[in-house]
Amino acid sequence: MANSSSGKKSSEAIDSKAAAPPLTTMAVLAPAVGWLIPGAGHLIQRRWLRGGLLLGSIATMFVLGLLMQGHVYQPNGGDILDMLGFVGDVGAGGLYILTQVMNWGQGAISHATADYGTKYLIVAGLLNFISAADAYHIAVGKKP
Amino acid sequence: MTLALSHFSAAVLFAVFASIVFGITQRSTSREQIRYGLYCFAMFVGGVFVAGWVMWFLRR
Repeated sequence: MANSSSGKKSSEAIDSKAAAPPLTTMAVLAPAVGWLIPGAGHLIQRRWLRGGLLLGSIATMFVLGLLMQGHVYQPNGGDILDMLGFVGDVGAGGLYILTQVMNWGQGAISHATADYGTKYLIVAGLLNFISAADAYHIAVGKKP
Repeated sequence: MTLALSHFSAAVLFAVFASIVFGITQRSTSREQIRYGLYCFAMFVGGVFVAGWVMWFLRR
């Protein structure tokens, strides 16, 4: 009884090892590059149309957010909502780093719809997280 | 340069970009991606109209 139980456990462990995706260079590189430059994780895997559409959508959304005078959150916000906003913003990768270098998104909000800009910036970052995860799934062969 | 969009145009633009990303990332084949992207766009814009009417009735 004990033997059959341990045999079952070991076969499950073997199955889970067999099901684990291979850790290739592309499996590490694609999500990292995809986070840094939206859509680049797809582009380096020769998914030109998907990568281009992701780059266009996420970058345009981020730029529109900045043009709408959206607020870019800082890493040292004390409030929990500020921290969540930062997590969303930082998803945009290189675009977020660029705003920090250029000190964009820190001005005083002067019109009512600027709050949309803040949401655009956060959602662009969150969509980029999804995009990077999708690039990883393509790299490990879970998705064509 | 400052961009001042109306509430509706901001919501529609948001729906366009989010739908493209959802369509590409959540489905595998091109046909499914287009269909899912259009579905998401319809849901986003439909949600805007529903929310608008709900707020109109609440205000009355």
